[in-house]
Amino acid sequence: MDKVMRLTTERGVVLFSKSSCCLCYAVKILFQELGVTPTIHEIDQDPEGREMERALMRLGCKAPVPAVFIGGKLVGSTNEVMSLHLGGGLIPLLRPYQAFC
Amino acid sequence: MDFPSTQFVPSRMMGTYEPIHQIGMWGENFKSIGNPSISASVIVEVDNKLENESETASHEMPVPSCKHDQEASKPFDKIQRRLAQNREAARKSRLRKKAYVQQLESSRLKLIQLEKELEQAREQGLYIGRGLEAGHLGFSGVVNPGIAAFEMEYKHWMQVQNRQLGELRTALNAQISDIELRIVVENGMSHYFELFRMKSTVAKADVFYVMSGTWKTSAERFFSWIGGFRPSELLKVLVAQLDPLTDQQIFEVCNLKQSCQQAEDALSQGMEKLQETVSATLAAGQLGQGTYFPQVAMAMEKLEALVCFVNQADHLRQETLQQMSHILTTRQAARGLLALGEYIQRLQDLSTLWATHPREPA
Repeated sequence: MDKVMRLTTERGVVLFSKSSCCLCYAVKILFQELGVTPTIHEIDQDPEGREMERALMRLGCKAPVPAVFIGGKLVGSTNEVMSLHLGGGLIPLLRPYQAFC
Repeated sequence: MDFPSTQFVPSRMMGTYEPIHQIGMWGENFKSIGNPSISASVIVEVDNKLENESETASHEMPVPSCKHDQEASKPFDKIQRRLAQNREAARKSRLRKKAYVQQLESSRLKLIQLEKELEQAREQGLYIGRGLEAGHLGFSGVVNPGIAAFEMEYKHWMQVQNRQLGELRTALNAQISDIELRIVVENGMSHYFELFRMKSTVAKADVFYVMSGTWKTSAERFFSWIGGFRPSELLKVLVAQLDPLTDQQIFEVCNLKQSCQQAEDALSQGMEKLQETVSATLAAGQLGQGTYFPQVAMAMEKLEALVCFVNQADHLRQETLQQMSHILTTRQAARGLLALGEYIQRLQDLSTLWATHPREPA
């Protein structure tokens, strides 16, 4: 839990993912399209992965991954990210972190 | 085979030596006939000719005279022979008819049996593949009750949908208040959300069923993207129908279209990744060894993610509808729903027309 909390307070866009998860991959692609490079933590490759999974569930994520935090605040999973984006609320949140080469 | 009708010309018209030759040829014809249908026509011809003959001959028979003795006996013999052959042919015909009717009877019984079995299977909640309704006799096997339930619900859903479209049409033409119109719009929206709920349930039962779109018509399937329509495609259709839009609305719709497109791209690429993953898992190790169960089991695990994708795609559709209803006025939303519904109806009609349209042979 500590690790997760520490990681989420990192500035910027944080994505908890699993390397085998294709839905997580879709979220990564979306951020890429929006010009954002999130900090990705593949919890299946982390020795404390199980703990992190439990911590994420306790924070309110229905599925542990993908879990998106922006500026330390939990945005949610794919559903929430998509809804936010279609509603026009995602890009304003990402603006400080967008970098278009 | 040659059946010249000249053979059956009444012998009276021919020379005295002709008749015997004639009967001989008939006999040969009967022997060489392998095809029952051809012999039937021969018999009919013989019957007709013989009937004519026997009618006229019967007038002649009771009037023998010394002068016509020689001539009278010859037609008499021939007539007797013809009558005998006629009786024989008729007997054979009756036997064939009997055999045919027996075959029909047994086929009919078999059909009744099959219908009974089908009815029983339906009552038990099992479902025989939609291919049967499409006219193909390929049983796709017994599928789970979740699909049977969905099929029934979807049929009902379509009926309600068509009724609601009628209500929308009436409401838009009538002078009803915005509040009342809003209710009609909300009903329409809820109806779509209901469909997404239904799809979510059946996706858990069999995600491939949802992906294949078997429950939709063929033209609808043509546009299929992860188990349904592409939201951005529907937006394009909608927006064209909604003129005039305010500048603010145009701006918001543009943004919606763009974000929709981006979300679709992300999901599409995720799907590709899933395909690669499943393929790689299945192909792991050596192909051709014979033992492959571990690979198949692992691939099944990966495939579970497909349910998530179908749900995400439907979520995208739902969100798009929601956002549009926020951007549009009540009246515009009503027109939008009607336009959408009618567009889908046209697709369904296209499917029907395509199926029944005679095509030129290749």
